[in-house]
Amino acid sequence: MSRPYGPHILPSDITPETIFMDRRRVLAQGLAGALWGAATPLAAWSAESAADRYKAARNARYSVTDTPNSYEEITGYNNFYEFGTDKSDPAANSRNFKPSPWNVTIDGECEVKGSFALEDLLSPQTLEERVYRMRCVEAWSMVIPWVGFPLAELLKRYKPTSKAKYVAFTTLNDPKQMPGQRDRVLDWPYVEGLRMDEAMHPLTLLAVGVYGKVLPNQNGAPLRLVVPWKYGFKGIKSIVRISFVEQQPRTSWSHSAPNEYGFYANVNPAVDHPRWSQASERHIGGGLLAKRQATLPFNGYGAEVASLYQGMDLRRYF
Amino acid sequence: MLQVGPVTLGADPVRTLIHECGIWTLRLLWLTLLITPLRELTGLNDLQRLRRMLGLFAFFYALLHMTAWLWLDQGLDGAVIVSEVIKRPYLALGMTAVLLMVPLAVTSTNAMMRRLRKRWIALHRLVYVIALLGIWHFWWQVKKDIREPLVYALLLALLLGYRVVKAVVLRRAKARSALARAPGKTAAPAL
Repeated sequence: MSRPYGPHILPSDITPETIFMDRRRVLAQGLAGALWGAATPLAAWSAESAADRYKAARNARYSVTDTPNSYEEITGYNNFYEFGTDKSDPAANSRNFKPSPWNVTIDGECEVKGSFALEDLLSPQTLEERVYRMRCVEAWSMVIPWVGFPLAELLKRYKPTSKAKYVAFTTLNDPKQMPGQRDRVLDWPYVEGLRMDEAMHPLTLLAVGVYGKVLPNQNGAPLRLVVPWKYGFKGIKSIVRISFVEQQPRTSWSHSAPNEYGFYANVNPAVDHPRWSQASERHIGGGLLAKRQATLPFNGYGAEVASLYQGMDLRRYF
Repeated sequence: MLQVGPVTLGADPVRTLIHECGIWTLRLLWLTLLITPLRELTGLNDLQRLRRMLGLFAFFYALLHMTAWLWLDQGLDGAVIVSEVIKRPYLALGMTAVLLMVPLAVTSTNAMMRRLRKRWIALHRLVYVIALLGIWHFWWQVKKDIREPLVYALLLALLLGYRVVKAVVLRRAKARSALARAPGKTAAPAL
């Protein structure tokens, strides 16, 4: 293929992605000082691009074999109202968001509490890739290759007491960085929660990456929850606080429209949203003539999670 | 991502298409409703010639919007479509609005105007009902961010408000002139 215009650029000429994303800070620090400092982002000058920092082995046991959606689709079609309510807003408006440095407060009914740097939370964890189905309550779906570790592995380290019946999560509240928070479309900060057994389930994931790369801002950098058998709004993003609590915690969407969104939010084709059907979904990437797909109970994870809800009226506890 | 040159339908092209056709139906309908106030306030009577064309374009986009939903989204599954329209009020509102547009489109010709005369005016007042159904349909299908339908609702309030004010003013003027033509019959003060 002939190159129509421009000089020929070698792959080795291309600036590593993390340097490019952090270029203002790099320049401010000054190249000379940074070359000596090992703990700066310039450590990324090393052979592999830090953007692929989270290349991890796939956990086949918890991964689906469906073809994942493209990176463009996953990072360009998002519901993240902190950055605006259009699907393209999060990618467009999260460029100035700083996922680093990041601290997470862990508190509530547990023996070990405190505020921890993200690096310290991650260092004892083994990251793995998990290809999960994601079903939005709006009746569209994707297949996403997350990189992360089971939430259970994190929670165990903080020794929840017997009083801990639920886990509550909170997103950052910073309208300066998250322009959508200047509008009161939801009560900020975004909050979510899981019952203890749901939180400890091996499928429940804390994700730090996608497609082997660091999680982009619009996907909930630097740390987000993924609960594949529930509607996507349970996957709280940019987490700053995890609390063990006794009472069922408030969850943002349920608080904003209690008759439309519940605490459990299990994917269930038999229980419609009051205003639209949940029996089918449109798979993103299918194109103009693609047919809708039948929605699966628990988003296809029934074998792994149905037992958690035995005896529960899922129409009442939606 | 569906993209043709600079035009992109995005990751969910069906949803984008349905939304765009719907929004243009509302815009064209609102423009149709703008003609009379604009014409009466500016005296530019030539604007009247645009009204039928705008109305028919609104109908065309409404058909595209509905067809996109019936065919691309619902796959022409008759049983599901019927059950959905019955169960979901916002769909029933939308369907009704499109159905009401049909007699207006059919009677949009000069021949029809001549044939129906006064009844044509009465029939075409349905456009106000259609507009209200349309904005209601839009408002009820928005997930949470009502700002977009709110803008269209406020604009419609202005467009319809103009008619309300005009009717009140005309009624007062009629009453005043009736009084003027019958002196001595009443000692009522000026309205």
